[in-house]
Amino acid sequence: MIDTKIEIRNLYKVFGNSPEAAMKHVHAGISKQDLLDHHGHVLGLRDINVKIKSKRIQVIMGLSGSGKSTLIRHINRLIEPTEGEVIVDGDNVLAMSIEELRDFRRHKASMVFQRFGLLPHRTVSQNVAYGLSIQGISEGEATERSQRWIDRVGLAGFEQHFPAQLSGGMQQRVGLARALATDAEILLMDEAFSALDPLIRTDMQNILLDLQEELHKTIVFITHDLDEALRIGDEISILRDGEVIQQGDPQSIIMKPADDYISDFIKDINRGRVLEVRSIMEKANRATGPKMGIKTPLEDALQQLVNAGKDSGAIVADDGKTIGKISMVNAIAAMARPDRDDEGPRYK
Amino acid sequence: MEFFSEFPELGRGDLRDFKKAVDFGFRSFSRAYGEGIENFFDPLLQFMIWFERLLINSPWPIILAVIAGLAWLGSRSWKLVAGSVACFILIGYFGMWENTMATLAIISVATFICIGLGIPLGIWMAKSNRVQSIITPILDVMQTIPSFVYLIPVVMLLGIGKVPGLIAVCIYAAPPIVRLTNLGIRLVDEEVLEAADAFGANYKQRLWGVQIPLALPNIFAGVNQTIMMALAMVVIASMIGVRGLGVPVLQAVSNQYLALGLMNGLAIVAIAIIFDRVSQKYGQRLQAYRKGSGHD
Repeated sequence: MIDTKIEIRNLYKVFGNSPEAAMKHVHAGISKQDLLDHHGHVLGLRDINVKIKSKRIQVIMGLSGSGKSTLIRHINRLIEPTEGEVIVDGDNVLAMSIEELRDFRRHKASMVFQRFGLLPHRTVSQNVAYGLSIQGISEGEATERSQRWIDRVGLAGFEQHFPAQLSGGMQQRVGLARALATDAEILLMDEAFSALDPLIRTDMQNILLDLQEELHKTIVFITHDLDEALRIGDEISILRDGEVIQQGDPQSIIMKPADDYISDFIKDINRGRVLEVRSIMEKANRATGPKMGIKTPLEDALQQLVNAGKDSGAIVADDGKTIGKISMVNAIAAMARPDRDDEGPRYK
Repeated sequence: MEFFSEFPELGRGDLRDFKKAVDFGFRSFSRAYGEGIENFFDPLLQFMIWFERLLINSPWPIILAVIAGLAWLGSRSWKLVAGSVACFILIGYFGMWENTMATLAIISVATFICIGLGIPLGIWMAKSNRVQSIITPILDVMQTIPSFVYLIPVVMLLGIGKVPGLIAVCIYAAPPIVRLTNLGIRLVDEEVLEAADAFGANYKQRLWGVQIPLALPNIFAGVNQTIMMALAMVVIASMIGVRGLGVPVLQAVSNQYLALGLMNGLAIVAIAIIFDRVSQKYGQRLQAYRKGSGHD
């Protein structure tokens, strides 16, 4: 059983002059558009409930305007909610005093920003040490402790450079190292890689996944990029117009999209690359054919079947025991898009 | 029809009484408190006298060396150092050394007072929109009201001399530093501030660690403007008894001495250009970190 690290309960955010007054319309079920047209308030988030598991990467995905950046800023309370609770390790962040909140931000949750948010007048080394120096740690010790993270993200040799002298990818490495240097258990990443070129982005995703294997932080990762979400997310929550419309692990979202919006969203992904054999296997205690692990992508599984010249293969657990089988027909069927006509988007 | 051709103005008698009442009110205020206010400014006066004497009585080579040193510290440019020294040698050679020292004394003191009051005021303005909306019109008045108008009450209150001169200079020269401090802090990138908040910076860490350092180029532009405007007030200040390069200019105006006016006027210009170039160079060096090297 994995513990819940962060629990967001019944969170609402309304932007405008008197959000409290607007809340009664929201509770009455007014639509986002009507609230804006008739009451001049913007509904940022509506009744968000998310349980974020400890030591996992929770991706929150949505298009621009879906409220995802607003949501992540509630976790460290850069934005005050209109209603609701954010519980981290049993404490309600939204009930904290200024002092407690500052302490929480210094030690418990650090953040990586879309446009990096580096301090332009501080060197790479000083930027990475920033969180530590805010904690009151002396400049010397902070620099020493941050050096490890500078090396870890591959910035050794650039310690004395200023951010403006670095490329975007390198600047975000600084941002990542700065967030890691405080040893916070929670890492909040707001579209951290969205401003980077595709190749650099893949690079940074690899760095993050590598780091996560060794550090096991609770990571909340915001993105608008589905491929990125599927690649790094252990869990994905999809946000639309300020509401969570589906939550689950990447496999379940692809196999069972909750509505047409999501099926339209996932229509262009490479299913053979993303889907794993465990999602479509039939349970079985014995099976013939080539053996493959439960996390083998369909693409690779098909390749193995073709290479072996078999119609079906055996799925084996990590301990080597056979737990299921996969047939070529099922694998091919899963790669085809399920239950979709091709008349374009059906949601409105 | 009379209503349209004649503006409905206050009766003559009433207007006279109104002016009299204001004049009388201020006169009795200055009789009652003038001495107290004068005593309050006495330490400042003593300091100004001491500082002016220090500049005038120091051997000229030492002053030249100090000027060269300051120019080097500010600009790190040998050209500017050589130019500054050459200007001061010319000024001395044409017999304006003492007046120049007196002007430098009052300009320096005025600049320090403006910085000392202006930067905190600018910080306060940046923190609160309400404070900004109150102070901005006051700064507008300070910058646009003709200097002679506020010279009247200042002289009524404190007589003529260095302190009223200094006050007049400060009223005129302080607004840029206040405005640019406020502007500089308000222009600091929101995302950088958000990052500071996200790492748990408190108000002081935010102000001194992020806002002030990033506003520094703007604050420094304000210091530069303040110095320039203080220099512009030299002649007017000399009308109420401030020694310096303004005095001969005033004489030249009333006696039609062309050469005297030109020489002293050009001396003011030379000092202004030196201050301006050195402080601008320094301001540029403050933001060297903004320059990338090869990357975009």
